[in-house]
Amino acid sequence: MPSTSVSEQPVTRNGAALLSLDDVSIQFGGLKALDGVSFDVREGEILGLIGPNGAGKTTCFNVMTGVYQPTSGEVRFAGEPLGRRKRFAITRLGIARTFQNIRLFGNMTALENVLVGADAHHRTNVIDALVRSPRHRREEREGEETAREVMKFLGLERRADELARNLSYGEQRRLEIARAMATKPRLLCLDEPAAGFNPAEKAQLMDLIRRIRDVRGLTVLLIEHDMGLVMGVSDRVAVLEFGRKIAEGAPVDVRNDPAVIAAYLGTEADDAGEFDQEGDL
Amino acid sequence: MTEGKASPDTEPASARSMAWGPRLGWDRGALARRVTALPRPVKWALIGLVVVLLYALPLLEIPIVSTPDTDFGGVLFTVASYVLVALGLNIVLGYAGLLDLGYVGFYAIGAYTVAVLGSLQAQLSWWLLIPLAVVLTTISGILLGAPTLRVRGDYLAIVTLGFGEIIRLTALNTEWLGAAKGITGVPRPPSVELFEVPHLKWEGATAVVDLDDTTRFLFFGVADQTPYYWLTLTVIFLVLGADRMLRLSRIGRGWEATREDEDAAELMGVPTFKFKLLAFACGAFIGGLSGALFASRQGFINPESFLLLLSILFVAAVVVGGAGNRWGVILGAVVVAYLPERFRGFEEWRLLVFGLALLLLANFRPQGLIPPRRAKRAQAVDEQLEALEEGTARA
Ligand SMILES: Nc1ncnc2c1ncn2[C@@H]1O[C@H](COP(=O)(O)OP(=O)(O)OP(=O)(O)O)[C@@H](O)[C@H]1O
Ligand SMILES: [Mg+2]
Repeated sequence: MPSTSVSEQPVTRNGAALLSLDDVSIQFGGLKALDGVSFDVREGEILGLIGPNGAGKTTCFNVMTGVYQPTSGEVRFAGEPLGRRKRFAITRLGIARTFQNIRLFGNMTALENVLVGADAHHRTNVIDALVRSPRHRREEREGEETAREVMKFLGLERRADELARNLSYGEQRRLEIARAMATKPRLLCLDEPAAGFNPAEKAQLMDLIRRIRDVRGLTVLLIEHDMGLVMGVSDRVAVLEFGRKIAEGAPVDVRNDPAVIAAYLGTEADDAGEFDQEGDL
Repeated sequence: MTEGKASPDTEPASARSMAWGPRLGWDRGALARRVTALPRPVKWALIGLVVVLLYALPLLEIPIVSTPDTDFGGVLFTVASYVLVALGLNIVLGYAGLLDLGYVGFYAIGAYTVAVLGSLQAQLSWWLLIPLAVVLTTISGILLGAPTLRVRGDYLAIVTLGFGEIIRLTALNTEWLGAAKGITGVPRPPSVELFEVPHLKWEGATAVVDLDDTTRFLFFGVADQTPYYWLTLTVIFLVLGADRMLRLSRIGRGWEATREDEDAAELMGVPTFKFKLLAFACGAFIGGLSGALFASRQGFINPESFLLLLSILFVAAVVVGGAGNRWGVILGAVVVAYLPERFRGFEEWRLLVFGLALLLLANFRPQGLIPPRRAKRAQAVDEQLEALEEGTARA
């Protein structure tokens, strides 16, 4: 185990594994939601995570962000095992996510939602806030700069003072991405960001995901049911079925993989994903 | 957390809120908007005027407003105590969204600290007692919160409810704490008599200065309770300032995010447990402070002063006014504390009328009298959408 301290972000070379799932299993009662899953997300890549409904994709996110502890196996981020780290600590470490079912702070403004994300690295305490200490003022200023900049990147700058719940569906999806990006992550995990989008919106989203990687330099892990989108934007794709990884590789190879074809045969996952919006996180 | 959800098959929602979005005019109440639009000096002059008026209130003896049957200064003190308590509970209930049904427990700990250490077991100075009471209450808040804030919702309500009762029953059954007979001779705030302020007397519509009816500044006695009101009012202003500072910071945002969706908040980097505990501690701090002030005004406390009903009234004050809005909860506290005092003549009817009023409120203004501007704005949008939907349905 490396002896680097928790606070400093360990260094990784470009293309090396930023996040690794190592033989991760998780059991819910009698159901093995993940069964010995291993894959790496390499620094700087866009990795697509696909699979039929209930395959365990969202569960992967939950294990990676500390929502669930794996029954066995280990998740490492930049070489460090996540262990029993708290969820907020994992966020500070550099993993941010969005939710399959939008989970914004509905009664806060769009800007405030993003500010909460930006606050992830802030240290202002009660005394700071009460006396408006230099630290408080600096963090408020920086937080707002970050938030507005990220919102601009996502084309939300004009909706800043709107209540999150009053934004349009597409704006809410983008606001979730903005909030996650404001935590300054190294790895951004998007859980079905295109659900409910029309083709034009999907094309825009594809462009956005590319810019997140190319312009912002983030590594992206993308769960998506829309094959065109996920194959078009991902560098590599991993496929889950019944909690097991059945394939991993370049989009062309995965698309022609017999196991993948069998998994998807007749399931019409494209449509199913858009209407099945259950699940906790 | 369901609020924020939009399911993909209600796609038109986007088009609708787009259409209404940019024209939002309900971001603040009309009055608040007008006040903020005023030039700075005018605004400060207005605020100054209101502050002076509030301090002068017990001296003005305004007909109708003043209570005919009881000392008005005393009534104002009671109202101010409720306002203080409501501001404290608002942090817990309104900001952080934690249903605390045992808030009277903190009030009691504050009061008992002053009484026990100032009269029954020791004779500490009042200046020492107040900070001591606040510190002990805050610690008790943390001790209560640390194990219970890990559970959610209903459980928290039950645990806090139990806490309030346990504090009272402990006092009732402990000789060292005065047991059922209570504690007398609770120290009053030290007086400094500087001058006398005359009250007004109304003869019809004209007011004359009544030199026979004066309040000694600042004499904390038994008969004239106006100085206690001034003291509490000053504390309220301090708490309001602190409340505003916290609200407009990482901490206030963290509380709100936790209230809106605890899991999402945690996953966005908010240490929700720590923040909930902090809200609890802040609430306890203010609750203990008001309890301490209550005891030193009263001069006598016993377990009867801290019945469960008081907790319910505190929650009612916050909810009636509009949880989450400091002006709302102030109004709520005034309503809950002042109206029963004003209409003391109808003693037997008090609870009945109060219950009816709550019932009506729950039906017609479920968000409270002055809901937070957010809730109000969101509701306005909802109504617009509903109207629009009906329109399209008919078309
Ligand atoms: N907390 C839980 N308790 C019990 N079962 C769970 C829990 N979370 C997930 N599951 C189950 O684990 C399986 C995988 O769920 P998961 O949400 O990861 O699927 P998914 O691949 O994201 O599917 P979808 O495409 O529908 O979102 C499902 O059968 C689900 O019912
Ligand atoms: Mg899922």
